[in-house]
Amino acid sequence: MMTKRILMTGNEAIAEGAIQAGCRFYAGYPITPQNELTAYMARRMLQVKGIFIQAESELSAINMVFGAAAVGERAMTSSSSPGMSLKQEGISYLAGAELPAVIVNIMRGGPGLGNIAPSQSDYFQATRGGGHGDYRCIVLAPSCVQEAYNFMGVAFDLADRYRIPVIVLGDGMLGQMMEPMVIHSLNRKAKGIEKPWALTGCQARKPNVIKSFYLKEGDLEKFNLKLQKKYRLIQQKEACYEGLFLDDAKTILVAYGTMARIAKNVLYKLREKKKKIGLVRPITLWPFPKGIFQQLSVQRKRLVALVIEMSYGQMLEDVKLCTDGKIKVEFCGRAGGGIPTEREIIKKIATL
Amino acid sequence: MTEEIIIAGAGGQGVMLLGKVLAQAGLIQGKYVTWLPSYGAEVRGGTAYCMVIVSDKQIGSPYIDKADTLIIMNEPSFRKFYSYLKDNGLLILNTSFINLAESQLYKRRRVVKHPFTDIAMQMGNARVANMIALGGYLAQKDIVDQRSVIKAMEEMTLTDKRELLEVNKQALYTGLKLYGKS
Repeated sequence: MMTKRILMTGNEAIAEGAIQAGCRFYAGYPITPQNELTAYMARRMLQVKGIFIQAESELSAINMVFGAAAVGERAMTSSSSPGMSLKQEGISYLAGAELPAVIVNIMRGGPGLGNIAPSQSDYFQATRGGGHGDYRCIVLAPSCVQEAYNFMGVAFDLADRYRIPVIVLGDGMLGQMMEPMVIHSLNRKAKGIEKPWALTGCQARKPNVIKSFYLKEGDLEKFNLKLQKKYRLIQQKEACYEGLFLDDAKTILVAYGTMARIAKNVLYKLREKKKKIGLVRPITLWPFPKGIFQQLSVQRKRLVALVIEMSYGQMLEDVKLCTDGKIKVEFCGRAGGGIPTEREIIKKIATL
Repeated sequence: MTEEIIIAGAGGQGVMLLGKVLAQAGLIQGKYVTWLPSYGAEVRGGTAYCMVIVSDKQIGSPYIDKADTLIIMNEPSFRKFYSYLKDNGLLILNTSFINLAESQLYKRRRVVKHPFTDIAMQMGNARVANMIALGGYLAQKDIVDQRSVIKAMEEMTLTDKRELLEVNKQALYTGLKLYGKS
């Protein structure tokens, strides 16, 4: 096992994390700012005797992932915002067929072709399903290069355990930046999550069927209820967040991913000036860590939550839903390439 | 201590590599570092830049809006980034490609100017201008030490390109000597 700290970009760390987690099938189509991920996979899959395919489109890539997942492989694809929109049909089909897969979105500015600057404007798309139908994806939001690496193991495990697509949501800054990280073994495949449902050839067993098509009356409703039961279980068991100084905070900053790093710097600066600031960083965006917000809003009526995003208020809606009007919820955000600076956040806090 | 450095120049002048060597040296010394490149819609002959932060504390944003140091390798980059420099910040200029002998813009800045590219050509390889500039930076500021930089260069050199290591080291020493250090 290697414990030496090395410099890696977020994109490369995600790719290496996937390899270490036992991913042996990658299909993708180039788009900035996640190209280094695809390029890394092109080199690395060859070394581990996995399969790398540069597909002819995003749609093609996600459907190749569908195929690989159906036969039981740990499979993934990656893209950035406009490309993610194209993949939505495939993600809906993965959800409908209950197939495990990991999809990485290194977000850039939108809507439309937008630009290539970092952004967090795909929160709605990721956490609400994105494609058609009543489905959810688990959404993980790393905020540093080490987490980008670590979360890939978690993502593949969750995908296999719940037979669900998992989205790893980063932004252009996380994808492009290098910082020190440690490559440690994520050897999770060894634990072995059995896949008796996989299409592995049905000699001496009943054929398996993988589909998302239920025409017989009542069947689709029954299947949807099964999905909903699974989603409730995930909400109970898998919600995850990082909390800082929640015991005495009068203002809590709420931010995820890269934005949480900037929020943390603000927090430490203001703590030095004895200001009672805390922070909640959702790590799973779906399931959203409702519990901590419900708890805080019941216990501390005079608390103010300041949601900070590289969007115009998407996670803001989840925070408002969870706090249910019991505490004041304020917002600070920019998008389209704008990144809220420490100075802007401190100024905003002063007005609360 | 947190040092925020922007390194900018034309594509091909080695500004990305300069930043990587600096970041790797910081890492060797056990510091927190980030390296953020300009990415995507870059064009040949246009400007390229990277932002490097070296710190004793965890780093928030890897993006720099006010830099402690600018290392600038050509004039378009100078125009793009001079306003990013803090008052009393360090400005390292490659005068081989910057013709602003006495600019108003230098006011309240510590300015260090040398024709890095000309010096590199005298050494026989225009491409090591970046390492001469890095040597110049090391002579001015005590953020990372020379030994870590040499170690970083050694770690980053591919085994089949060892001959490049020596010329890069020599360039670094040349840069240090410009300021009376070695």
